[in-house]
Amino acid sequence: LQLDFWLAPRGLRHPVDIRVPFPSLQPLKAHLEANGVSYSIMIEDVQALVDHEQMEMLRSPRRLPLSTSTFNYDAYHNLDEIHAFMDLLVAENPNLVSKLEIGRSTENRPLYVLKFSKGGTNRPAIWIDTGIHSREWVTQASGVWFAKKIVLDHENDEGLASVLDKMDIFLEIVTNPDGFVFTQTQNRMWRKTRSKHSGSICVGVDPNRNWDAGFGGPGASRNPCSETYHGPYANSEPEVKAIVDFVKNHGNIKAFVSIHSYSQLLLYPYGYTSTPAPDHKELHQISEKAVAALSSLYGTKYKYGSIITAIYEASGSTIDWTYDQGIKYSFTFELRDTGRYGFLLPAKQIVPTAQETWLALKVIMLHARDHPY
Amino acid sequence: DIDGVGRKYHLELVLEDVLHKDSTVNCTAEVLYHLGNKNIAPDVQFTLEGELRNTDEADNIFYNRIKSLEKELVAENIPDSHGNVSPEMQPVHLLAWVASGYVIWQNSTENTKFQLAQIKRVKQVKRSDEYLEFDYMILLHEMVSQEIIPWQMTVLWHPQHGVQVTQDSRQPKHAPE
Repeated sequence: LQLDFWLAPRGLRHPVDIRVPFPSLQPLKAHLEANGVSYSIMIEDVQALVDHEQMEMLRSPRRLPLSTSTFNYDAYHNLDEIHAFMDLLVAENPNLVSKLEIGRSTENRPLYVLKFSKGGTNRPAIWIDTGIHSREWVTQASGVWFAKKIVLDHENDEGLASVLDKMDIFLEIVTNPDGFVFTQTQNRMWRKTRSKHSGSICVGVDPNRNWDAGFGGPGASRNPCSETYHGPYANSEPEVKAIVDFVKNHGNIKAFVSIHSYSQLLLYPYGYTSTPAPDHKELHQISEKAVAALSSLYGTKYKYGSIITAIYEASGSTIDWTYDQGIKYSFTFELRDTGRYGFLLPAKQIVPTAQETWLALKVIMLHARDHPY
Repeated sequence: DIDGVGRKYHLELVLEDVLHKDSTVNCTAEVLYHLGNKNIAPDVQFTLEGELRNTDEADNIFYNRIKSLEKELVAENIPDSHGNVSPEMQPVHLLAWVASGYVIWQNSTENTKFQLAQIKRVKQVKRSDEYLEFDYMILLHEMVSQEIIPWQMTVLWHPQHGVQVTQDSRQPKHAPE
């Protein structure tokens, strides 16, 4: 009957709420009546309610930002506002910032990357991505702040200026735009992409299990309904494939940082095996320094280590692939907090989180600049 | 490891008062995860080295405020998408934390790590006695599987008698937004 229980049966004298598809109405009513089960109708037409809500949401659009100086960094923004921010940032700083489209999502949204460069051709580069898991809102918000920070500091901050003298920075702020829009309109807790797969009613692939590093091994799920579903094959997700293609075509990326929340961790490879990465000693030292820098601002405590020792076994994850491609300085952050608010981090923590994380990012960037390979 | 019984952990922790960060209490605990049957909650023994902060005043203010409401309290999405919790809802949020702690304990194994992610809905249930009763629909975030699990729990509270979870049940994934 495809009954969708909104309040599941849990015992005598407790109500049960059921959303009933139209074709099942008559059979269900007949069944309840035949068994003397009383019922009442709470919502006559669920679809009408959903349609109405959609209309309401479209009717009162939020005003788009007018400049990156008046942009509110202390608030969470929707996709349109973030896109407007990117275009403003480029327009205000055309000699430093450009916007690239590296592909399209499943639902055909553009995948934008901001490039920060002082010139040169195909300089060694640093990659930073935020928002690969859409519910981790503090990450996209931090990405926006990082973009502005780079523009503000690219001349007066010695460290950043010296990095940009030799290297380019690529920043993908909304790495999973379909998921992001879904968290805004339908389900705040959505993590995955929005791809559909034949043979399942469940939607989406975990983009951090879809990379070609130990793909399909333990630490990911082959159940499409799972939050850690790895997908039908590596790079099946256009959001992942776009980055893979970009990295391979660029050929000169020297540091890769993928940003998540929450747990307050700084992680390096591997997640798919407990064999230590060949460079684990160096990566561990960098992590120690980066975490110390982060803590120096507000005292926020981070732990660090390889993915498999510090968090859990995970196969097909981003930085395992980038590391195995030869990008030695591959790191993943898990930002604030440790569970009190979790994914629902209060907006007033966006800027402090971004500020402290930036200090850690600078440690990594400076190290990459000072240790060319 | 304890042969035939399970695995015991000895923990030394520091408890920090979420509302008063400088108020800390040392604590030692022993947690025993049972072998085999995953449906038994782990055994927990603990000793507090010191006293917890007295909260009588705030408890009574909250208790009296709810008791004097004309209509039963109803609320949704605490915190909201942006992490906001209104001052009036803060005690309701804290109560959910405590109660979800019980639910988490009852459902934990060595391979789970649960956090309360959000209160989807809370409805006060009228009672004729002195207790306050709340029917919560919460979302638990399980860190290892990354799943968001809706869970219903019925919570009883009284300033002098503390918190009780009288009923709780895991909900199917498609619980309402």
